[in-house]
Amino acid sequence: MTSLWPRIEPLLAGVTKPARYIGGELGAQRPEHGPGRVAWLLIYPDTYEIGLPNQGLQILYEILNERDDALAERAYAPWTDMEAAMRSAGVPLFSLEGNRAGSEFDVLAFNLSAELTYTNVLNLVDLAGVPVRGAHRSSQHPLVVAGGHCAFNPEPLADFVDAFVLGDGEEVVGEMTAVVGAWRAAGGPREDVLRTLATVPGVYVPWCYEPRYHAGRLVAVEPRFPDVAARVEKRVVTDLADWPYPKQQLVPLVEVVHDRLNVEVFRGCTRGCRFCQAGMITRPVRERPAAQVDRMVRDGLARTGYDEVTLTSLSTADFSGIGETVSTIINDPECSGQVSVSLPSLRVDAFTVGLAADIQKVRRTGLTFAPEGGTWRMRQVINKLIREEDLYAAVDAAFSQGWQRVKLYFLIGLPTETDEDVLGIAELARTCVDIGRRYHRNVTVTASVGGFVPKPQTPFQWFGQNTVEELRRKVVLLKDATRATRGLTLRWHDPEATAAEGVASRGDRRMGDVVEHVWRAGGTFQEWSEHFDLGLWTRALAAAGLSLEDAAYRHREEHEVLPWDHLSAGLHRDFLWQDFQDALAEHGLPDCRWTPCYDCGACTGLGVEHVVASPVAPAGGSQGTGQDLASGGAVPVRFLERAPAAVLAATPAGGAAS
Amino acid sequence: MRLRIRFSKLGKVRWTSHRDVARMWERALRRARVPLRYTAGFSPRPQLSFGLALPTGCESVAEYLDAVLAEPVGLEGFGALVSPLLPEGVDALGVGLVEPGTGSLQEEVSSCAWEIAVPDLDADALDAVVARVLGAPHLPVGRERKGRRVTDDLRPAIVDLSRAGGRRPAVVLLAELRTRPRGVRPSELAEAMGVTLGPARRTGQWIERDGSRWEPLTTDAALAAIAGERVP
Repeated sequence: MTSLWPRIEPLLAGVTKPARYIGGELGAQRPEHGPGRVAWLLIYPDTYEIGLPNQGLQILYEILNERDDALAERAYAPWTDMEAAMRSAGVPLFSLEGNRAGSEFDVLAFNLSAELTYTNVLNLVDLAGVPVRGAHRSSQHPLVVAGGHCAFNPEPLADFVDAFVLGDGEEVVGEMTAVVGAWRAAGGPREDVLRTLATVPGVYVPWCYEPRYHAGRLVAVEPRFPDVAARVEKRVVTDLADWPYPKQQLVPLVEVVHDRLNVEVFRGCTRGCRFCQAGMITRPVRERPAAQVDRMVRDGLARTGYDEVTLTSLSTADFSGIGETVSTIINDPECSGQVSVSLPSLRVDAFTVGLAADIQKVRRTGLTFAPEGGTWRMRQVINKLIREEDLYAAVDAAFSQGWQRVKLYFLIGLPTETDEDVLGIAELARTCVDIGRRYHRNVTVTASVGGFVPKPQTPFQWFGQNTVEELRRKVVLLKDATRATRGLTLRWHDPEATAAEGVASRGDRRMGDVVEHVWRAGGTFQEWSEHFDLGLWTRALAAAGLSLEDAAYRHREEHEVLPWDHLSAGLHRDFLWQDFQDALAEHGLPDCRWTPCYDCGACTGLGVEHVVASPVAPAGGSQGTGQDLASGGAVPVRFLERAPAAVLAATPAGGAAS
Repeated sequence: MRLRIRFSKLGKVRWTSHRDVARMWERALRRARVPLRYTAGFSPRPQLSFGLALPTGCESVAEYLDAVLAEPVGLEGFGALVSPLLPEGVDALGVGLVEPGTGSLQEEVSSCAWEIAVPDLDADALDAVVARVLGAPHLPVGRERKGRRVTDDLRPAIVDLSRAGGRRPAVVLLAELRTRPRGVRPSELAEAMGVTLGPARRTGQWIERDGSRWEPLTTDAALAAIAGERVP
């Protein structure tokens, strides 16, 4: 019950960046613990600098602390030096606010944003003094829950996490609090609370489901009890206007990633990039009313003292009336011209560059575009419908308006990829350098290349990813093709990390032994190149009787049971399969915000609609590039069954402001 | 118009770095709507300059920063306005105007005073060490410099060394260390003395010129706020 601070502070002199363990952020709360309040410890399983800015965690932190029956504190993964110091001093995982031991909380709740943090989840549960496997916990221990994008295939963590939340967490955390509070008050066995949690919509309790295998393959994941859903549907917050969070964004004392004000302008994306799990699982599109965005920006800047704001979403240039929103911010007399606005994930078009030019009157450093594929053919496969002309026009606009650094993101190892597609990356990047030279003597174009990992609940979920050797070969191709060009820098992601991510991404429940084995062998912080070790993963796979070939490289069959088939992001499996077939046939698909519905299932199945203020697509094209989709020889769409009502809801800007 | 602010760094916040403190102040002054002057050019930054970096982990009741303002402001109530906008443990202790032509804190400050807890020695033992150190002609300490091991003589950097008197229960070392040619850290002093030193607190910064010495900013507010402080 007492603060662990007197035992924590002596450790700080011997560790790197000690300030990440002191809390004290603007916006941090000091909730009172007591009976009748369910205590949540919200944990990001990576370092403080990476985890602190996470908006999902901050939103739930506020929502829980506003409730009378709940409270929330935070913890992040201590770096290896601090962890060693804590373990040798017998100091458990502690909350930053009250410096309480993790085991004193009712719920340890993890944010799962990346598969390679799974071993950290186990490590943190263990550091909290809680048995890592759910089966070994008693009613005296906290419940371990998790949410976030990786929860859409939770099976690799099913043995360790008691309950997963699918989809938006704003509403469901309250329902879970009620269940846990009632169970604590009644004092029943752990099974009681697990059974009840399993009846909460959007909550998946793995213990209530039994996987069956045949001949080494998963053949079913079935409910063990009649009252649990055969298929768990994700939760969706229908109107962002009801949830203007975070209201008090945390301002850390130390430098963190994304160290600025963040305001979420919409959730969901229907551009339909087939590799993108975030775009698939967060549908439908729900915009925040522009007036509320303006208010959150104004209040947030005044409260935090930040001089930079990011308008966050999966594709912010698509926000209806983005131009007005941006000009409102930069012309606000309160900001006296010293506030800069940044847009993550710029769309590849001249409109977007113009927007960037408007807002980055100062600090014009670099612009980033993500064509993802090296050739038009490849980009039709992945449904990232950017033509060479679009990219070159955008890059030309960027260089002509003063930028001297351009960064380009690409994926390699995509379905149907040929060496020609790979070399197309070098060709695009070289041409961008040439364009830059027309305006500046010294330009830098960085081509950043990541290995593709097929993700659950996407059209590419059946695809067998490239082997480490194949990805390495493609990287060498690119190195050879870019070496001679001055001003062109090639960066690539470690193909071995890509392989391990693939293992964790699409594994079934048997992968739990692998995750535990890697953790027990010391494999924490696998997201960090200095700690990543593929050998840990291959040895763990072998020990579990599994293999990289089967787990990551194998193409799944059309009717094969996938480990996440009993969980739904709202997308019909036959839509995903059809979209995969369209991909293989090199057919692009326009954005359904402004074109007919493909019946992916997200709107119709969940009884919600896109909430988009503008009835017309931005900048002239549904993919935002001002292009005619038929160009490049694409036959755009094969329509699936069309849903009648739920195509597009025109909401007047600001009409739904709370 | 240039403001000079004296401030504290006490408690948990001592684990933040010099850079972190700079960012705290930048945000707090912006929130207080203090009209800061920005640098011109490619990447405008507010014109704030901080004095000698305080080693991470040390406390202080004598930190300073200079802020260049775009327009004049009244100084009354400045501390009460700004302190609530700063993290716990960082408080404005005093504020004043800097005469035009005054050098920067980095250029002017010549020594710093420290209070350092001595956990392992009793009063007599500390007195003996102090006498030995002050009597030594040289005090070589090794340190890493650009990846190479070099040896410095620390003795010239020690202006004064004594044991704190009064009725304190703990044994406390008072030290005044020169900042030029480079700032000497309490951890280096510990090495030179051959003793383990506990938490250190900077209690003063001094400007010495032509035989006289003064603090970068002397205000009653600052002195009042310091009164009653205990060494950690």
